Amino acid sequence: MGFRSRSTFCHAVSIRIADHVRDIPRSGIRDFFEVVQTMDDVISLGIGEPDFATPWHIREAAIYALERGRTGYTSNLGLPRLRRAISNSVHKGFGLKYDPLCEVLVSVGVSEAIDLALRALLNPGDEVIYHEPCYVSYAPTITLAGGVPRAVETTAEDGFCLRAEDLEKAITPRSRVLMVNFPTNPTGATMTAAQWEPIAELCVRHNLVVLTDEIYSEVIFDGVKHASIATCPGLRERTVFLHGLSKAYAMTGWRIGYACAPAELIEAMMKIHQYAILCAPIMGQDAAIEALERGADSIEKMRREYERRRNFITRALNDMGLTCRKPNGSFYVFPSISSSGLTSREFSLRLLQEQRVAMVPGTAFGASGEGHVRCSFATGLDAIKSAMERVEGFLRGLNAAK
Amino acid sequence: MDAIIDLLQQNALMPRADMARLLDRDLAEVESAIAKLEAEGIILGYQAIINREKWDTEKVTALIEVKVVPERDGGFDRIASRIAKFEEVQSCYLLSGAYDLLIIVEAANLRNAAAFVSEKLSTIEGVQATATHFRLKTYKENGTLHQWDSAPDRLSVTP
Repeated sequence: MGFRSRSTFCHAVSIRIADHVRDIPRSGIRDFFEVVQTMDDVISLGIGEPDFATPWHIREAAIYALERGRTGYTSNLGLPRLRRAISNSVHKGFGLKYDPLCEVLVSVGVSEAIDLALRALLNPGDEVIYHEPCYVSYAPTITLAGGVPRAVETTAEDGFCLRAEDLEKAITPRSRVLMVNFPTNPTGATMTAAQWEPIAELCVRHNLVVLTDEIYSEVIFDGVKHASIATCPGLRERTVFLHGLSKAYAMTGWRIGYACAPAELIEAMMKIHQYAILCAPIMGQDAAIEALERGADSIEKMRREYERRRNFITRALNDMGLTCRKPNGSFYVFPSISSSGLTSREFSLRLLQEQRVAMVPGTAFGASGEGHVRCSFATGLDAIKSAMERVEGFLRGLNAAK
Repeated sequence: MDAIIDLLQQNALMPRADMARLLDRDLAEVESAIAKLEAEGIILGYQAIINREKWDTEKVTALIEVKVVPERDGGFDRIASRIAKFEEVQSCYLLSGAYDLLIIVEAANLRNAAAFVSEKLSTIEGVQATATHFRLKTYKENGTLHQWDSAPDRLSVTP
């Protein structure tokens, strides 16, 4: 069986869609989602968001803000108090100083901030380098901004880290931006300061602007110190530091992200943001203030929970022959399914049909994700346990049929 | 040790093999660590949390403030342990503030609870005064909410 094709309800008027939008391929994750939607009793390890509700003190602060009638627009850049909290948080967590008055912009999730940065930076034909497998939006967002996406493959052997020599090969005279995301969705890869150094040098030498998506940077394990490329020498002035509250604070639905960058670039991004969005919703901004100012304990609790589930699922998968490293960050494992003899897509579809477990095929995150599936452990332990039992049954069936 | 206690407090019945996987340790390590916690009296016991709206609904719970005269030798300890030994007493704490002991009493019904206070508790030498508060409804007990937050509806697959 293949993925269900898109449905058309009417064809009375033929509306012409702009070429550059029409030519964007449908998201592989969306296709898979539509198949899952048609089934009952599915245990999903395909969800890229925390299974926790936002910590109560944060929800309560938002309710209080609503009670006080805080329901209006905010300044385009975001509430000053939130920008100060962001500036403090980035300084405390990463050692980076940004002026809350002119170097911080509050956006509708990191996704919007990425779009703003790319649109503010790219002229048509400019090339943007990013590492793959990666988050599904990168290539389409680059294309929509008029840029040309240039993927650099990362491999399981390197722990899905970005290698300077691979980056160097991808650089051309049109290269303008490097986009990175560590810890990585979907691979859980992390980079050390030493690994960043030669990459940072390349960026300086080739005058690249760096977009670093730090959304998982608090979801890290085993006491590993997260290293951001933004802290490398010479990088702060050429980096857009992108972060948000969705993952670490379990605040996906609030849609609050932010960008920190040199004032000139923030000003340019703000020009687009003010006309497209005006401002991020004030309810989310008020909640974000509470989260950043008093949320440290809450995120530590969730982080610890993810760490334990990661231990559990990594061991269970490896025991079944679906080999994977223990990821140092994010809430994803990206096991190899080569022992099954199936492609990622076959594996995901058959596992779904035969055992009702959803894991996203690695190819949804780029061609280099072939041979892998993404399992999210942002799901309760009971569900993870049952899922692992079902996967074991699935593999047993495969082996018996061989 | 901290992590094991943390897991036991979340769910004391969690299979030890699951604990081992969660903490990335051997089953034997986890089992011996728990045995040690029990032997050292760090873990005193394991109990079920009962929803009183659904079971033994006649049972009453009283929080009783007790003012006592401390003794020259031993302060409150002797009287407190004397009170604590009554089967009706579930918990007994020494507190700072306007009164000294707070005890939590469970009794089969209101009459029994009242009898405990008037006949047993108040008559102990050294007990000066008591104030009894009856539980009307439980919202949260031992970290467990009695009315559950509805599980958030998540999309089944998201990027």
